[in-house]
Amino acid sequence: MSGIITELQYYFSYPFVRYALVVGVLVALCSSLFGVSLVLKRFSFIGDGLSHVAFGAMAFATMFKLANTTVLVMPLTVLAAIFLLRTGQNTRIKGDSAIAMLSVGALAVGYLIMNVFSVSANVSGDVCSTLFGSTTILTLTGAEVTICIVMSVIVVAFFVLFYNRIFAVTFDETFLRATGKKAELYNLMIAVITAVIIVLAMNLVGSLLITALLIFPALSAMRVMYSFRSVVIYAAVLSVLGAFAGMILSILFSTPVGATIVVMDILIYLINCLAGRILRH
Amino acid sequence: MAYITCRNLALGYDGKAIVSNLNFSISPGDYLMVVGENGAGKSTLIKTLLHLQEQQAGTIMVGDGLKPYEIGYLPQQTVVQRDFPATVWEIVLSGTLAHGGWRPFYTREQKTLAEEQMKVMGITDLKKQCYRHLSGGQQQRVLLARALCAASKIILLDEPVTGLDPRATMEFYGLLKELNEKGITVIMVSHDLQALSYASHVLHIDRDDSFFGTRKEYLRNEKSEVFRSTGGEEK
Repeated sequence: MSGIITELQYYFSYPFVRYALVVGVLVALCSSLFGVSLVLKRFSFIGDGLSHVAFGAMAFATMFKLANTTVLVMPLTVLAAIFLLRTGQNTRIKGDSAIAMLSVGALAVGYLIMNVFSVSANVSGDVCSTLFGSTTILTLTGAEVTICIVMSVIVVAFFVLFYNRIFAVTFDETFLRATGKKAELYNLMIAVITAVIIVLAMNLVGSLLITALLIFPALSAMRVMYSFRSVVIYAAVLSVLGAFAGMILSILFSTPVGATIVVMDILIYLINCLAGRILRH
Repeated sequence: MAYITCRNLALGYDGKAIVSNLNFSISPGDYLMVVGENGAGKSTLIKTLLHLQEQQAGTIMVGDGLKPYEIGYLPQQTVVQRDFPATVWEIVLSGTLAHGGWRPFYTREQKTLAEEQMKVMGITDLKKQCYRHLSGGQQQRVLLARALCAASKIILLDEPVTGLDPRATMEFYGLLKELNEKGITVIMVSHDLQALSYASHVLHIDRDDSFFGTRKEYLRNEKSEVFRSTGGEEK
């Protein structure tokens, strides 16, 4: 045990490890908050679709050899979020296929761009790290960490200030509209913030695994909690724990960061399923 | 002066009217029942009255102190709500958002209002309960309390007894009757023949030849025959 602690102390002496932990915990917190709303609104697939779009946008951005890819990835993903929300509102099936089309299209085009306009010698390595995160979180610069902290504060502040309205629009959109409130506006804000979180989370777990950060904590919390507020708080706690434990484990055993976090989330989900079943009896 | 007066109203989608020539008015204290075949335009009428969609033609006049968006709405239950983790308190309180302006958190007044409406509905002891664990009848009371938090003059109910057992249905109708006797105007869209006995007025939607009048007039009108002969289900 003491061996592990000294080893951890050794790793923590490196700033990039501390950066990674800070960013990881913040991203996990933000994603779990909005994940609850996405899961309950049956919008999980929007998260999934957006993460693929973010991958395509990332490939597109590397083609231009941009120093900071976020300036291009962020607006493109936000645009896709607005588009998906618009189509999803008309009919269920049309929205579903729009998401499938967009996500698989972005994935294919992104991979194609990465191959044809490759900037580095190791194309499959690039693709792999964009899809599964792996190393990018350990190469964060101080500026990127600052951006992440600022964005997280904005996201959490937004969530707290609009908490009651987010609840109302999640539980019953039509009712909210009938009282003269702009439900579409809140929906739009939720979608846009989801896009922002996804772009932030791409560094951590890669674009393929982001959906896990969004939905697993929410689903786990819904297994044991009965009120919206407790689901939100518990999901946030679970998500932060999962991300923290996952990152520590991946450092200790040199496993891929993103995949380890997601495995932790799966374990947390299973434990909560069990707990929910026991509590109900 | 009536709360709502509709003249030559035409309802529909994308420029096509499915109902036209609708003329009716709702006065304070009325209990209006809206009937009509499936697809006749009942839901479209609801959406139009709630300002969720525009009418194709005609006018809707609001008067007697009623402002737009002052209709308490009890929607049909959605798939989302069936397994939604929320307490009764959270749901009822969300109805008061209608009065909150841009304040981010609930005020003391909003909380008092929610508590009062829960008392009226007899669900105060369910306050901390989870919505999805309630019976159908209790869930409808919760949604009714929320509607009353949003608006206290008119409530609009969209087939509220769907899925309720006969006893819960009767209890719910009794509750509505009490509210109506207290002076709250009720608009109810329903398939249920039983509800007819509570109504003061009936609007039967039928393309361009809809009926509007008191219940007595309706029962004498030939339109009510379809409704009666099939024992409540007017398919």
